[in-house]
Amino acid sequence: MRHLRLVPDNTKIPFMRMRRWTFPIAAFLSIMSVVLFFAIGPNYGIDFLGGTVIEIQTKDPKPDLGKLRGSLNGLGIGDVQVQTIGEDNSILIRVGQQPGGESAQQDAISKVRGLIGDTAEFRRIEIVGPRVSGELAFNGGLAMLVTFAAIAIYVWFRFEWQFAVGSIISAANVVVMTFGFYVVTQHEFNLTSLAAILTTVGYSLNDTVVVYDRIRETLRKYKKISLGDLIDRAINDMLGRTVITTMTTLIALFSLYIFGGEVIRAFTLAMIFGVIAAIFSSICVAAPVLIYFGLRSDAMNDKKKDEGAAPQKA
Amino acid sequence: MLHFTRWKMIGILAIVLVGLLAAVPNLFSKETVDSWPSWVPKRQMVLGLDLQGGAYLLYEVDKQDYVQRRLRTLVSEIRKAMLQEPRIGYSGLGVQGQGVQLRVRDVSQLDLVRTRLEPLRNPLGNSLLGGTAINEFDLTVGSDGLVQMTYSEAGLTQRIRQIVDQSIEVIARRIDQLGTVEPSITRQGQDRILVEAPGLGDPERLKSLVGQTAQLTFHLVDSSYQTGQTEPQRKPGTIVLPGQDNPNVNYVLDETPLITGEDLTDAQATFDQRSNEPVVSFRLTTGGAQIFGDVTQKNVNRAFAIVLDDKVISAPVIREPILGGSGQISGSFSIQSANDLAILLRAGSLPAKLTIVEERNVGPGLGADSIRAGKIAAIIGTAAVCAFMIATYGVLGWIANIAVIVNVVMIFGIVTLLGATLSLPGIAGVIITVGTAVDSNVLIYERIREEYRSGRSAIASIDAGFHRALGTILDANVTTLIAAVVLFYLGSGPIRGFAVTHAIGVATTMFTAFTFTRLLVAMWVRWRRPTKISL
Repeated sequence: MRHLRLVPDNTKIPFMRMRRWTFPIAAFLSIMSVVLFFAIGPNYGIDFLGGTVIEIQTKDPKPDLGKLRGSLNGLGIGDVQVQTIGEDNSILIRVGQQPGGESAQQDAISKVRGLIGDTAEFRRIEIVGPRVSGELAFNGGLAMLVTFAAIAIYVWFRFEWQFAVGSIISAANVVVMTFGFYVVTQHEFNLTSLAAILTTVGYSLNDTVVVYDRIRETLRKYKKISLGDLIDRAINDMLGRTVITTMTTLIALFSLYIFGGEVIRAFTLAMIFGVIAAIFSSICVAAPVLIYFGLRSDAMNDKKKDEGAAPQKA
Repeated sequence: MLHFTRWKMIGILAIVLVGLLAAVPNLFSKETVDSWPSWVPKRQMVLGLDLQGGAYLLYEVDKQDYVQRRLRTLVSEIRKAMLQEPRIGYSGLGVQGQGVQLRVRDVSQLDLVRTRLEPLRNPLGNSLLGGTAINEFDLTVGSDGLVQMTYSEAGLTQRIRQIVDQSIEVIARRIDQLGTVEPSITRQGQDRILVEAPGLGDPERLKSLVGQTAQLTFHLVDSSYQTGQTEPQRKPGTIVLPGQDNPNVNYVLDETPLITGEDLTDAQATFDQRSNEPVVSFRLTTGGAQIFGDVTQKNVNRAFAIVLDDKVISAPVIREPILGGSGQISGSFSIQSANDLAILLRAGSLPAKLTIVEERNVGPGLGADSIRAGKIAAIIGTAAVCAFMIATYGVLGWIANIAVIVNVVMIFGIVTLLGATLSLPGIAGVIITVGTAVDSNVLIYERIREEYRSGRSAIASIDAGFHRALGTILDANVTTLIAAVVLFYLGSGPIRGFAVTHAIGVATTMFTAFTFTRLLVAMWVRWRRPTKISL
């Protein structure tokens, strides 16, 4: 029985010659993400800005949004945003951070509750006070930095320092580009988005290490080939695996995106983007970094002889 | 790589079985599980508030408010101490920043000042545990007569800790009386309390019960002023407080309360016999009854105010001495508000004001929708991935699918055993694990394929394929595991929810790749003795 093969055997795609194009593209996308981040900025949700989100389902299947918006904005609690999510009667109400500390937030909600009363079911209310929102942002950033540091140390121990640098640059590239994705799409950026970014970091690191592991092995096997050719060979040997794994991950994520419900749709979309960015980054950023940082093609033969007999024949 | 001793095989299958069995109770409703015999594992997964609905309320001790209150009490304590015989003359007694200061007129009395004020420093920790006792206040006595009692950093921190502990007890007592919900009340950090009430649709009643300080005090109304005057003058030792029903009416009261909520032994909601309105009746302790009897005897025809959280509920005039030690509080209550006040008075007051800094409520409808959508997505996603794997790898694809499904069920089993909470991001963590778990199988199979193509025999290729791929899987998954563990410890809320299932998933992925998948392939090899590999 013949099985499905998405990638033919013995591909010889010159990835490292292509790095003259792909590496600048990756760098450009990252820089653009940073520029957009500062120029436009992501659409921060209440987790980071503070404020209130209320989700209601009105009993009236076709409620008058304009009227609701008008009366909510007349409550004197600042600008109130009203939008539908999914069905016509699922409505999301956003109230900005109220001046006057923690109790002012509660007062604003009482006003909204009073206005809506029995005309709708309250599906969700989230209130984040000014103090907590700052801490949440700080802790998220801290978690990311500590993760990077811990990973760098592990990879440094298991490989060479160039690999550690490469895996961090590659993961940082994924993070920055996913941030850019949030800026461009203007999807709300909240704690769940942060979880999405951290997921893609995990995926990116996993994938980079798999590629690096193969490069390390190829380095041990062949002594006289240039580093660029060695890396090309390693990546081409793994291409079947990379494509199959990407396919299965994307199948899982797309089913989550299509059938997983409104609440996590933006979350999965960011992960889909992140997974693609991670695959791209492992091949087009992590691998060339080894060349740019001057990894020698005999680096693996000097040391780590104790790691078992790697076959020396071609 | 393909040889397993009998004991190893039994061990692997036993672990897998335990993992699977632990997940089984989740397939049934709570009622069904409860009816099972007692020796069957019954533990079910704890669903996060985002999945089952409920209220998440994060309270913080209002430090500033507490310090201000405490310093005001300290001022009156110091005043009392100075008035003891022999009297100590002073001036300028008042709150200054984070402390209280005064100037002693006669510098020769400074030693006496020191002995008088020392007990007011209020030792907090007990030195029984070997540590040095921490005092709430630092006392400095300057040779020029300037005396300061200020909060020490350690003293304030320790005090806030105690307040959090006391508050948790009080809140637990209050909620007990409510009887309907079973929220968890936990300390968060140094000065925060988290109240989580799963399944609670409308948290307003809970909030009004938990958040109210409920400090009850009785004060004599200063009779030299007309009650109800809008802008009363005040003299030292008095306070001005607004009325509860009409905030424009102010009352001038003696600052020192006659009795406080601590003097109460019982409080019940009842109806007033004459007006038939809801009221709260209370009984005083013996000591409280004595004081109250004395004061009412001396102050017939004066008004006294019943104050709850700095608002005057009512200010009845004393018609006759109240000697029996019981009375009632009236003041336009509804049946529920009278009932709630009685609960609050019975459970005691919070030692400090608590403010809500974060609140998240999810109605049960939304959570149920999310679970339903998550299930559908999981079934479709799994089916699609399985089909793809079978199309790519045939028989070995089936083996990979069994391994991945066992892997996922084990994640749920371990989450159940650990009592960890499954939230929506947690489900995402499971799904990304499916991705990496499939990857570990793909790595193994692609490796086997390569070895086979380079001319080895079928069985030697399988052996070498596992051997090579497992090193890669180890490195890749340890890296991911590090990330997940860091996130678990540093993250909060959704990040933590994600990190839990992701970390467990990475661990089970490594376990299945190294043992279970290998065992399945080994059994298949022993059964079919393949001489060719079609991959």
